[in-house]
Amino acid sequence: MKKDEKKNNNNTTTKPHFWNWAIASVIFRLILIYFPKNLNLATRPEVSTPVTSLRRLAEGYWLTQSSMSPYAGSMYHGSPLLLSILGPLTMKKIEGHPYHLLCSLVSVIADFISAMLIRATGLNLRMAYCERLKLLGLGKLFEISEIIPSEDYAALVYLWNPFTIVTCVGFNTTPVENLFIILSLYGACIRVAPLAAFGWVVASHLSLYPTILIIPVILLLGNGPDAIPRKLFLMYKKDENDSSNKGRVEHNGLTEQKSFSWKPVGLFFVWVSIWTLYTLVLCGIFMSNYGGLSEMFSRTYGFILTVKDLSPNIGVLWYFFAEVFEFFRDFFLIVFHVNILFMILPLAIRLKHRPCFLAFVYMTICSMLKPYPSVGDSALYLALLALFFNELAEMQFSFFSFVDMLVFPFLVQ
Amino acid sequence: MIRNEDIRDKVEVAPVEDKMREASLRWFWHVKRRCEDVPVKSRGSIGNNLSTSNSGDKSFGSIIGEEEEFSEALLLRPLPDRKVLAHFHFESKVPPTRTHGSHHHLFPKSIYQLVHKFRVREMELSFTQGRWNYGRWGGYDPISSRNAKPPGVELWATFDVPQHQVDASWRNLTHALSGLFCASINFLESSTAYSSPQWSFKSFAANMRYGTLPREAVCTENLTPWLKLLPCRDKAGLSALMDRPSIYRGFYHSQRLHLVSNEFDLAASSSGIVLEQTLTVVLQPVTLGSGMTSSVGSIQQPSWSLSSLFGRKVSGRCVLSNDSNVYVQLEPDLVSELKTTSEMQQQSDVENLITQAWSDMSFEMSDSPVRIIKEVYGFQKESSLLYEFSLANFSDSRPFDLEFRWKRPVTWSSQLAPLHASRFLMGSGNERGAIAISLKSVGRSGYAKSSVNEEGKCSLRVDVFQVVPWYVKVYYHTLKVFLDERLHSLEDVIERTNVSPSEDKVSPGLMEIALRLPCDVHSVILTLEFDKGFLHIDEYPPDANQGFDIPSALIRFPEIKTKMHLFEDKSACKSPILSKLQEESPVLWYTEVLLVPLTTPDFSMPYNVITITCTVFALYFGSLLNALRRRVEEEERLLKSKATKASGRIGVLLSKLSAKLRAKPLEPPSSSSSSKVSYKLILRVILVAGIAAAWQYFFG
Repeated sequence: MKKDEKKNNNNTTTKPHFWNWAIASVIFRLILIYFPKNLNLATRPEVSTPVTSLRRLAEGYWLTQSSMSPYAGSMYHGSPLLLSILGPLTMKKIEGHPYHLLCSLVSVIADFISAMLIRATGLNLRMAYCERLKLLGLGKLFEISEIIPSEDYAALVYLWNPFTIVTCVGFNTTPVENLFIILSLYGACIRVAPLAAFGWVVASHLSLYPTILIIPVILLLGNGPDAIPRKLFLMYKKDENDSSNKGRVEHNGLTEQKSFSWKPVGLFFVWVSIWTLYTLVLCGIFMSNYGGLSEMFSRTYGFILTVKDLSPNIGVLWYFFAEVFEFFRDFFLIVFHVNILFMILPLAIRLKHRPCFLAFVYMTICSMLKPYPSVGDSALYLALLALFFNELAEMQFSFFSFVDMLVFPFLVQ
Repeated sequence: MIRNEDIRDKVEVAPVEDKMREASLRWFWHVKRRCEDVPVKSRGSIGNNLSTSNSGDKSFGSIIGEEEEFSEALLLRPLPDRKVLAHFHFESKVPPTRTHGSHHHLFPKSIYQLVHKFRVREMELSFTQGRWNYGRWGGYDPISSRNAKPPGVELWATFDVPQHQVDASWRNLTHALSGLFCASINFLESSTAYSSPQWSFKSFAANMRYGTLPREAVCTENLTPWLKLLPCRDKAGLSALMDRPSIYRGFYHSQRLHLVSNEFDLAASSSGIVLEQTLTVVLQPVTLGSGMTSSVGSIQQPSWSLSSLFGRKVSGRCVLSNDSNVYVQLEPDLVSELKTTSEMQQQSDVENLITQAWSDMSFEMSDSPVRIIKEVYGFQKESSLLYEFSLANFSDSRPFDLEFRWKRPVTWSSQLAPLHASRFLMGSGNERGAIAISLKSVGRSGYAKSSVNEEGKCSLRVDVFQVVPWYVKVYYHTLKVFLDERLHSLEDVIERTNVSPSEDKVSPGLMEIALRLPCDVHSVILTLEFDKGFLHIDEYPPDANQGFDIPSALIRFPEIKTKMHLFEDKSACKSPILSKLQEESPVLWYTEVLLVPLTTPDFSMPYNVITITCTVFALYFGSLLNALRRRVEEEERLLKSKATKASGRIGVLLSKLSAKLRAKPLEPPSSSSSSKVSYKLILRVILVAGIAAAWQYFFG
């Protein structure tokens, strides 16, 4: 009872605060949108990459309007679906307003929805965290110390992060891609398989790298947002059994929690196949005049994987491939892509009890190692990092490695 | 005394007279075809007899059409800015192989083989140095619209092969031409270097390929193979004038080779292969040191002669050519200027003026022309004049050295194209920029008369043809048109577009736009934004910091045709250069070549880049691995306690032993674990070595 009261208090104190700041951030964005020419962010390589640039999307749309394939020439490398949704907006002009107002409005909305979803996810996570603490018999600790409402902070970090703002104003598709990534995580957190599947399919379709999020999503669906590290607990339990009989109560709860539920996972796969089929059919209809799906895959995923564009961005790959000898190019391409894939399994084993954190780590790694990273990707994982305020407070051992991870993109710049 | 005949019999050689006779008979047909009034004709008397004896009833006319022909001509034109244009024109014709066979006397064999091997229908190759000054040297006459070419090498060709073989033919052709002309035309082989314009370059261009090398340096090594295609080389005739230093000293130099073949049209009344070789030079005459007094207001035009321009004289014609003439052309504006001044001074008959009075009044020429050809043009008051000189009367002993002497200062201007085109780059930095093409009206509206459409609104059609290399990534949706410096909607102005966007490292971007402009427009500006691409270190040319060239854009006025309306006397002896001048051709304008600076990487640094990048990756990988490998503190503690319990007697003994050996105090837990690790390590090393040995054994 006490706990509930406290939580309510927390909520009542933070809520107006939170909404004020959230609305302020949206207004700030709207103000910034009115000076796109002065800011000239759309052409900054840090903000828009060859994959996400809306200028290129406009070029692709113009090509389709003049009855050519959007992938003719090496301008557009995004999804055809995005083209048919955002394309008309790039051409439309409202009198007396900046040229690309409509597209920027779309990114503002996407950003706001993302922040709301982060908040909902965070709330879910915090509840699970409280549950676990209770299970561990640390309820007292939990009652005494104040739990930070990390979800509000995470949402605000997302909304007020200069990276996010720059990305939103900078005229590119990253806000939309981020929205779908968060949507899939949110769907998995609340264990709604169709939503998770939809988010995952669209996110992977848009930018390929969210594909590896399938592991945290499955774990989330199977284990719930915050399972207990089994090995450690079994040991701990043994240790405690040896010394005293304190741990009985928790033990019961533990066995209850441990079981991996296959039903939502199976449902997830069914929905994934449905959504994938749906997306592919839509793309196929769009691409039927322009060389079919194979053309689309080679121009989008192929472009991402073979690092064809050597214009600078905040990643390292362009720098490397502009100078590396042609003979070794394929070898290094494989090495760098395997670098991402290589870490998937160990991390999954290590962090399987905390799928959300696993997702965060995956996103961090991807945003560092992908061929065309932008600050928008960093914005996403920094916001997710804020979700784990409570957990990170406990952690000490890997603190430096996380600092490394944060410093890494800046180093690369 | 031993007679010459005896010696000849001994060494078995024919008498010189016979040899000469044989040689002259070899060229018999060419002599035969000459006009009746040409003095050379008299030398053909032997041939005449022969022909009547053996040709019998065969009519001469049919044979004439079936013969190889060669003709040479030189057109000289004083230019308004004290320079002189010299335009050499050589034309070789060969009848189709079907009727004539493949044995040639005059036509260059290499070109014939080229045409047949690659099935070339039409081809043009030009080597140019300098830029044609459209504003001063004119842009509205047949010579400038045909012979003003972009700097460097320009090559286009149409092929008579199926669609899918065109690229292969083009590639082979570039290699063949590269070998033939000692130029790096083979760089046009790569698909990033050529494009296939649809309609803006030529009106009907099926199976056409077009490529330019703006930075190709043109020099004597390109001229010599070009001269080799002429039957007389540069040993006799007009081509003897081509003194290399004086030609390459000129302000503009363009050597061109144009080829039309009907060999593969079975239906058409085919004319075989026509090879047209032109050399257009703009020279600054060395002012003759005569006491010419220039009047106060205007500048005296420099007088010139062939020997002062070229440093040589013409010692007769090339005997193989049908006709070899020299023309001096006076531009319409100059003619009218002269007319008005002479009319002011003395009232006399116009016809008289043309022949006699002007040359007395304003200038004089050292030789009297064979004939004077006047342009007849109904609508235009002004018309140009051509003075024709025949080289037939000149020989080694009496070389032809035309001298053109101005008597009093004259100023005039050339005929200009309807719009003055120029192109420039906008923006700064190495990331992005914009190309702007500006068309400015020259202020004369007379040219657009012909293009009045059915609604009675005067309009002017302009085709813009622009090729950009792939590393200039043009955003075609950013095309903007400014009419009289106001943004104009595209739909009203653009009649037709054809864009094929550039593909990275595969193909250049091609843009063809047909603009329909109102006649009274003063300025039109087209802008296009682009991003600058980044190349791989191997793709930079040796002088990367110089920048990269965007080839000239071509502005074409398809509805405005230019030709000379010469008075035709219906004589059979029409010189090919005159018939060429009378052909209609659209007015063309090549814009400047743009120089785009691209970011250049540090060429000495590939190893550093590779090591730095790999270090960064190792740092990431190591820290992540470290984070994964470590255990949670609690887990660690539990394991540790377990390990101390489990590591039984042997471990303790071993550690004791090692401690004794090292003479160090005992450290039981840590050393035991380290020994275990080293044991595992050794095992692993052995395993890897074994695998390596096996690999070596089986696959090595």
